Amino acid sequence: MSNPVISCREVWKLYGPDPTTYLNGLNGHDPGFDVLREAGYISAVRNVSLDIHQGEMLVIMGLSGSGKSTLVRCLSRLVDISGGGIEVEGADLTALSEAELIELRRNKMGMVFQSFGLLPHRTVLDNVAFPLEMRGQDKHARRARAMEMIELVGLQGREEYFPRELSGGQQQRVGIARSLAIEPDIWFLDEPFSALDPLIRREMQDEFLRLQDLLGKTIVFITHDFDEALRLADRIAIMKDGAIEQCDKPGNIVMNPATEYVAKFTENIDKARVVHARDLMAPVSSTVPDVVAISAGATVHDLARRLVDDLSPQLPVSDDDGAVVGVLNRDTALNVLLGSA
Amino acid sequence: MGAGSPPSISPGEESHKLWWWIALAAIVLAVLKPVAPDWLVRPPVWLVWPLADWINAVFTFMRDDLGLMHVTRAFADGVQWLLDVTANLLYGKRRWPRLEDPIPWTVIAATAFMVGYALRGWALGILSGGTFIWVALLGQWKWAMETLSVIIVAAPIAVLFGLVLGVLAWRSSRFELVLDPVLNLTQSLPHFAYMIPVVVFIGVGPKAGAIVTIIFAMPPMIRMSLLGLKKVSPEIIESGQMCGATSWQLLRYARIPSARNDILVGVNQVIMQSLAMVVLASFIGMPGLGQKLLQLLQALKMGRSVEIGITIVLLAVVLDRCSKAWAERQPEHFEKGTPWHQRNKLLLVWAVLVVGLWTLAEFWPLAQEIKRTQAFTISKQLDVILDGFIRLVDPVTLAIRAFLIRDVLIPMRDAYLWLPFTAVLAFVAAVGWRIGGRRSALTVSAFVLFIAMSGWWDRAMITAYMVSFAVLLAALVGLPLGIWAAGNERRAKVGLLICDTAQTFPSFIYLIPVVMLFGVNDVAAIGAVVVFAMVPLARYTIEGLRGVPETLIEAADMSGANKRQTLWKVRLPMALPTMMVGINQSIMFSLFMVIIAAFIGTQDLGQEMQRALSSTDVGKGLVLGMCVAFMGLAADHLAMRWAADKRRALGID
Repeated sequence: MSNPVISCREVWKLYGPDPTTYLNGLNGHDPGFDVLREAGYISAVRNVSLDIHQGEMLVIMGLSGSGKSTLVRCLSRLVDISGGGIEVEGADLTALSEAELIELRRNKMGMVFQSFGLLPHRTVLDNVAFPLEMRGQDKHARRARAMEMIELVGLQGREEYFPRELSGGQQQRVGIARSLAIEPDIWFLDEPFSALDPLIRREMQDEFLRLQDLLGKTIVFITHDFDEALRLADRIAIMKDGAIEQCDKPGNIVMNPATEYVAKFTENIDKARVVHARDLMAPVSSTVPDVVAISAGATVHDLARRLVDDLSPQLPVSDDDGAVVGVLNRDTALNVLLGSA
Repeated sequence: MGAGSPPSISPGEESHKLWWWIALAAIVLAVLKPVAPDWLVRPPVWLVWPLADWINAVFTFMRDDLGLMHVTRAFADGVQWLLDVTANLLYGKRRWPRLEDPIPWTVIAATAFMVGYALRGWALGILSGGTFIWVALLGQWKWAMETLSVIIVAAPIAVLFGLVLGVLAWRSSRFELVLDPVLNLTQSLPHFAYMIPVVVFIGVGPKAGAIVTIIFAMPPMIRMSLLGLKKVSPEIIESGQMCGATSWQLLRYARIPSARNDILVGVNQVIMQSLAMVVLASFIGMPGLGQKLLQLLQALKMGRSVEIGITIVLLAVVLDRCSKAWAERQPEHFEKGTPWHQRNKLLLVWAVLVVGLWTLAEFWPLAQEIKRTQAFTISKQLDVILDGFIRLVDPVTLAIRAFLIRDVLIPMRDAYLWLPFTAVLAFVAAVGWRIGGRRSALTVSAFVLFIAMSGWWDRAMITAYMVSFAVLLAALVGLPLGIWAAGNERRAKVGLLICDTAQTFPSFIYLIPVVMLFGVNDVAAIGAVVVFAMVPLARYTIEGLRGVPETLIEAADMSGANKRQTLWKVRLPMALPTMMVGINQSIMFSLFMVIIAAFIGTQDLGQEMQRALSSTDVGKGLVLGMCVAFMGLAADHLAMRWAADKRRALGID
């Protein structure tokens, strides 16, 4: 795999009297959230190491106060980290000067916020054009680009509206359009749909998946909603007390939770809807059964009827190109579908 | 704290006891006055420092040696130039820009109508247009324009300076730390304290009036900008940062526009403070409505005074309503493809009106200017009616006056003057300790000690007696009135509207009716103070009572409480912290009013302030001003501390 777009090495963010000195005293050792609190420090981000690859969607999941919002703000350097290092496309983020940082944000990064962060006195069009205005693009060009973005998120006809005249879902569409206006490579979304009604949230998630198919950005997506994480993620990082408990593919998190905390999250999940054939398949052994292959990207739930009807103990699994890449054990899959008991 | 106290007593109980001891000391000092040594009774000579001389020395140094005079004069010349421009436009002083005539009154009235209409629709349009028609018809045009020409210059400058200082205070917490007590002091200094240094540095006249107005109106603008900037949601800032805004762009495009509402509330306050100050600046030779009112009031020309009073009140209401409407205005979009003339319809209508009326004025002089001789006046009739009314109530007012002066005011004043200053000091410290512990005790007694050291103890006690009597009387009337008004939604709405409107009137206005009724004496002064102080009391009582959460009332209802029980057991206790804010404001307002009322004859700090003003004695004026301010700040500290503790105990915000 190519070099990661964002790479974190032992990133710390402590709030307290003198974080840098205290961190140096620790020598890379992590005493845990409670010990740190005794010492007078709140560890918002604790010893996080993480690589995010080109075109990947990483969802950071955690309850409120788990440090996920702070972590994404470290990645965009909205807050300065207390220790460790972050590289963005090979450049040390922490070493950037104010001007370089602004340059980076003007060309490479976009961010969407939970409560939208729209400027109340500007129209939709002017809000979307705001980042382009900041980098000094001329009025005509930035309006044209902003209109493109507004059409992309389906708000055409509303460009003269002011934020307060829009619904929550529409406001977040504006937020999304704004964050995409500069064609960023890296896209941060901080609980973008949490402030919305469940129905609208679902609709926005679909919309978001459509956009991602279209654009293929590198995405860091924050949520406290595990279902949302499962729906969207290539990989999920689960955070607790500032540290990452587990970072893996959704299927693996559901099948093999690394800690008790993660297990609690996955307990009530319908595993069949999350686990893909790919996650369960075994390497091709001697003979491949001569039946129609199933797709590696299908969930067990998708395959339910086939699993019940087709009595062959093993089913071939094929990738997108149709080549057989493994076999699925019928019993294993049925266990996921029906519960292993 | 005492060394002999047994160790078993917790610190809380100990201080609980201590305030009793201090209070007891105050009582002992008062009782033993006849036998107490003189230095316990009156501030001894060694305690009275020549503060005024020191301040004067500093001012002389700044003026002469530092050459600050040139700076202020240069600034004043700039202001003067601006004043010439607005004066020329509004009432014709024939300098730049050279118009044949000033702007016709009809054009200004139409403009006022359009502004009101654009901001809030027909009602406000008619109110603001009608105000200017009234002014023109009554032949007060020139005075009103003299007043307005100063506000038009002073308010924007105060807004600009206030905004800049607000931004600076927001950027540097150290600057904010320095600025905060300064603002506290400046917002409790009476109007006159500002005038004396301005007279020294600038002189008298419109220029001085404008500058004193700028200085006086600035503090609320600083406060509101700072508050607004602090309130901007962090996500808006972060989104701005992520859009690659530099810190200047962030301030210019995100922070200030997002703080728009608070900043505009600041603008509203600046305008209202400007009007109040411009009217009062007549004392330093500022022409206009205030000066006319002052002259007429001193000549006891009641009909004319009332006419001018109505004009000032109307102007205050119009300025307040328009600037508030502006502050509350939310942006609204036009449908796409709306043509230019649709989008700017109001602007076009206004332009047509201006051109039309200006042309009309060319041919019909009455549309240009209504001369005094052509003016319509009701002062004759007013005089007759007022005279009749006064004659009718004269026996009553005479009786009230005689009773108050002989049986209440003089004994009360003598009692205040009789008290040994050490007893007052101990009493204040005891109250401070009771409310806020040692810190509060030290704070308030330091304020009072300053007054003892200033050498104006007796005058200050007279001010204190007038204020305490007035606030007491205001509370006796205002609190029940507020409670009654809070009884139902409709009454509360009307009550709040009346109070809010009354609060926009410049304080000077309140003197007209009391002078009319009681003549020129202490009773009139106290009457004015009572009315002025009643407004915030009633206002915050209504607000506090109406603000009690609905669920609490419902819970009380379901517990079977009747109306009276709900009021006494639920509503009032919950409303008390808010009502305390009203009492606090009422004390502040009373102090300001007592000082202003000095010119109708009182013997308190205000009278000395008037003397300092006429002899342009900066040191004396500032010391007196600080005495007033410190009384206010001491009361403010206690009231706010008490209210904050109460709020916390009740778990309100």
